[in-house]
Amino acid sequence: MGIAEFFQHLTNGLTLGGIYALIALGYTMVYGILKFINFAHGDVLMVGSYAGLFIYNALRGDASLGPWVLIAFFLAMLASMVISALLGVTIERVAYKPLRKATRLAPLLSAIGVSFILSNSAAWAFGTNSKKFHYPFDNTPFVFKGVVITPHQILILSVSLVMMVILKIFVDRTRMGKAMRATSLDQQTAMLMGINVDRVISLTFSIGSALAAVGGILIALDFKVYATMGTMTGLKAFVAAVFGGIGNITGAMVGGILLGILETFGVAIFGIPSGLKDTIAFGVLIIILLVKPAGLLGKDEKEKV
Amino acid sequence: MTILETERLTRAYGGVIAVNNVDFQVEGGLITGLIGPNGAGKTTLFNNMTGLDTPSSGKVRFMGKDITGYPAHKICRLGIARTFQNIRLFKDLTVAENVMIGRHFKTGKDETKGRFLNALKSYIHLKEEENAIYDKALQWLDFFDMHSYRSELARNLPYGKQRELEIARALATDPQLLFLDEPAAGMNPQETEHLIRIIRKIRELGITVVLIEHDMRLVMNICDSITVLNYGEKLAEGTPTEIKNNPLVIEAYLGRDE
Repeated sequence: MGIAEFFQHLTNGLTLGGIYALIALGYTMVYGILKFINFAHGDVLMVGSYAGLFIYNALRGDASLGPWVLIAFFLAMLASMVISALLGVTIERVAYKPLRKATRLAPLLSAIGVSFILSNSAAWAFGTNSKKFHYPFDNTPFVFKGVVITPHQILILSVSLVMMVILKIFVDRTRMGKAMRATSLDQQTAMLMGINVDRVISLTFSIGSALAAVGGILIALDFKVYATMGTMTGLKAFVAAVFGGIGNITGAMVGGILLGILETFGVAIFGIPSGLKDTIAFGVLIIILLVKPAGLLGKDEKEKV
Repeated sequence: MTILETERLTRAYGGVIAVNNVDFQVEGGLITGLIGPNGAGKTTLFNNMTGLDTPSSGKVRFMGKDITGYPAHKICRLGIARTFQNIRLFKDLTVAENVMIGRHFKTGKDETKGRFLNALKSYIHLKEEENAIYDKALQWLDFFDMHSYRSELARNLPYGKQRELEIARALATDPQLLFLDEPAAGMNPQETEHLIRIIRKIRELGITVVLIEHDMRLVMNICDSITVLNYGEKLAEGTPTEIKNNPLVIEAYLGRDE
């Protein structure tokens, strides 16, 4: 493999990984605080993508290119983040909060139920045909020293980078971020320190869901919007979160990006047929569970008796 | 003046009545002991007064205000703090950070309200605020002679120091009333001596203390007033001398002499 080819795969891998990372953050943040996997996360992503698509189409009207289309795209993305955040918080209030004191299996099953309800409702309401999400810009690729990069890829890389930096600053440096970290360490004690845990949980769901909406729209530009789009993407982002160490925010970022790179290089170097690309993610999941169950950045917790 | 009182407080779990119709009073400025055999309902009573559990019936009043069923974070902000029977520190944070968390959510009005501007503001002012909180945390560590441990991870402290750190963290929330759930459990005699001195110093700060304890020497030594629970009900209350000589209490602890 030549240098240009290497960088080509790296670019593709980073782009894919950036999206995985955005979505994985939602899984990992919720797990960090509630110790539960929100299996409806992928479907929140799907609803966010539909919302983004409809708002974008309404705003841009007949225009297909130009500055207004670009503005409309970002406005639609913002609006879809807000809508998804509200949806995420509502799901938590309705389907998970009442089960907080139940067995750990109960909210998990509830999440799977919510997932089916959302994807079936979307299929019923919007039809089963996939809808195209038009690029808000001319997607003619640039060629830079033999490496091809599309404006879409640049968009993905920059948006996911900005989102992750903002999130990191928020969690590490603001008081609300501290409240989140304290809550994830010990919920009851956090309460006794004056932290409103319910509010922290709502905030966690809204941030995770908003990031999922962004991830969904970025994917939709290439792969269209459809009712089950959240399923496979969601599962892979979940693998990325486990890979990096579930519950660990930096872990989700690293896990997502590494998974994207592994998938791209797996096809390119090891000659895994691209039809089997998805098996790479799940192969990684099995290996990580066998070798380092806590994930790359996770801590091995020893249960104390 | 009564700072905290429960009125006919009852907590039942299904058919098991853990606390039954208990009227419990805490005098401001004093040290009150809550004793009783295992399973008497002491910790349940604590949980119901600090918002970790909600009474099945009855009332909790703090400074005349009905706080029954308030969530724990609200009760904390009103000025009630507590420690746990099993130590619950943030083990992977340093000693100073543990105390700082106790301080953090107390400084502003209602920071966790999550308003975007608030978050932004807290980001901008965080550095100076952080320094102020750090200084205050060090003062509390001085109070416990733990200054030299400040950068250690909480999990690496000796057992007795971990217990004291939990008290320091509770004090950092700036309470008027402090609940201690078996503060001397597992301590050696020297550590218990140090703890007794600390609890007396806390009273000197004007903070009211309520403690659950099995170490009778400690209880009789420092409590101004003692309430005894047995099978979820209040058995007796009075000064240490009164309690020591109360036949009902002796019977509950030692059994009846047939």
